[in-house]
Amino acid sequence: MKRQIPVLLAFLTGTFVVVAFFVSAPVVVGLNEKLDELLMIVTAFALPLGVVSFLQHHSKKIGRRSIGWRNSIVSVASFAVMASLGIVEPFVSAQGRAVGFNWLFDTVFTPLQATMFSLLAFMIASAAFRAFRVKNLEAAILMISAVIVMLGRVPIGKFVLPPSAALTEWIMNVPNLAAQRGILIGAALGAASMAIRIILGIERPYMGGAGE
Amino acid sequence: MGSMTVGWWDKARVFVPWLSRRCSAVHRAARAASVLFGGALLMLCVSATPCMSDLAGASADSAIALVTLSGMETTATPSRFFREERLNALLLFTFFAGAILAYIGLAKKGAPLFIRKIAGLDAVDEAVGRATEMGRKVLYIPGIMSVDNIQTVASMSILGYVAERTAAYGTQLEVPNKDPLVLATAREVVKEAYMKAGRPDYFQEDMVNYVTYDQFAYTAAIQGLMTREKPATNFLIGSFYAESLIMAEAGNAAGAIQVAGTAELAQLPFFVVACDYTLIGEELYAASAYLSREPLILGSIKGQDLVKAALIVLIVVGMVLSSLGIGEFADFFTQE
Repeated sequence: MKRQIPVLLAFLTGTFVVVAFFVSAPVVVGLNEKLDELLMIVTAFALPLGVVSFLQHHSKKIGRRSIGWRNSIVSVASFAVMASLGIVEPFVSAQGRAVGFNWLFDTVFTPLQATMFSLLAFMIASAAFRAFRVKNLEAAILMISAVIVMLGRVPIGKFVLPPSAALTEWIMNVPNLAAQRGILIGAALGAASMAIRIILGIERPYMGGAGE
Repeated sequence: MGSMTVGWWDKARVFVPWLSRRCSAVHRAARAASVLFGGALLMLCVSATPCMSDLAGASADSAIALVTLSGMETTATPSRFFREERLNALLLFTFFAGAILAYIGLAKKGAPLFIRKIAGLDAVDEAVGRATEMGRKVLYIPGIMSVDNIQTVASMSILGYVAERTAAYGTQLEVPNKDPLVLATAREVVKEAYMKAGRPDYFQEDMVNYVTYDQFAYTAAIQGLMTREKPATNFLIGSFYAESLIMAEAGNAAGAIQVAGTAELAQLPFFVVACDYTLIGEELYAASAYLSREPLILGSIKGQDLVKAALIVLIVVGMVLSSLGIGEFADFFTQE
């Protein structure tokens, strides 16, 4: 019974969502939207589970003086400060704005996010350096195509290689798009096949593996 | 005479609405039947699938419930019950489900089903073995999306296999999560895998832990973990976005063997460049069949291949017809 109920729920909801895709009846559309709302509610209920896991994980690290335990202290302290200010804000402006919470969010959290995102530029440079080393024919084709596309995308490109803009357009719209569509069709079929396996209970990854 | 007239009139007053109800019921049933064709096909196959045979009764109930729903709605909106513009999708879905069920039937009869080698999946054992030899941990990143994303669900299948291997070898495993629902699912999957491997005592809840809901804070945590603790093996399998290359490059710099897998087109080049093995698109979804070698799941992969072949034929036919100026065929498949 413990195994059958989740399989039954997966089957009923999965079948309903498939049917709802083809039906425009307000009751079906409404129920489908309710399922989406249900997911949000379940996520909200699961969030305390995440908070408990976070605190347990870092408490253990600090207690055992594991590698990076000082970072765990910063994580727990940051969590405590932000959560406290989010629940009880002592500094409220005349417009009712939570000054302390928003100040930390705007001046600490947002710049940290931007810093992480900006790291991507350096990562792309180091990955490109590795990828464009000409070791075989495929790597040579990759490098030549990349050079043409890079030149075609910058204003100076037309002076260095006049047909770079037209070549870039051809590379992006013909071989690149064809490969992308091939992958996309395969992935879409794979996803649909997996969905059918889950609906039928043949595969049960949410319960730790394949069916019996 | 008066009583006869009253009797006839009374009968007519009862008969006409009765006939009207019957006609509209037949009309509704006919339309509902066409709409529910896809669903009914799934329900039919339920009774043919042993693991679901005990659920067949419940499926019938759900069918009745759906017919009831259809009836209610055809009365309210008679002209727009079925999305005609999605007829192409319904036909493809019906053919797709039929092909999968046919191959599952073949698999149940013991027909040999070949599946090509997938290097990324063959490398799983090697990658876990390397971590065991080096005495370092295996890091498994299930992507940044929730369990409503099919890539995350596929990732859970691979996580189950990896956890079974780490349990068998006694290797340390860590699964940091961004989404609380994935945390709950991954914990259950890992726990089940350790039990299946006969090592429930090795399982610790802390192996599967929660980091944060923010994308870049999660990325920073993973990057730090890879740099400080230097796991021997990193699995980056699931749905990834801008963080993919930052994580993969951090793992590469730390000298880990990396197996990645995603169906996000924009992230695939990053993984191909920075990881040792990459599961591209459909390979991610085929992983459970490849690793478990379950005949029923293998059958569904073969069915998928048949549909792929049919799609290639349709694309070529569409291309030829469109070139000859007959655009209706291509239009039918490109509507909606």
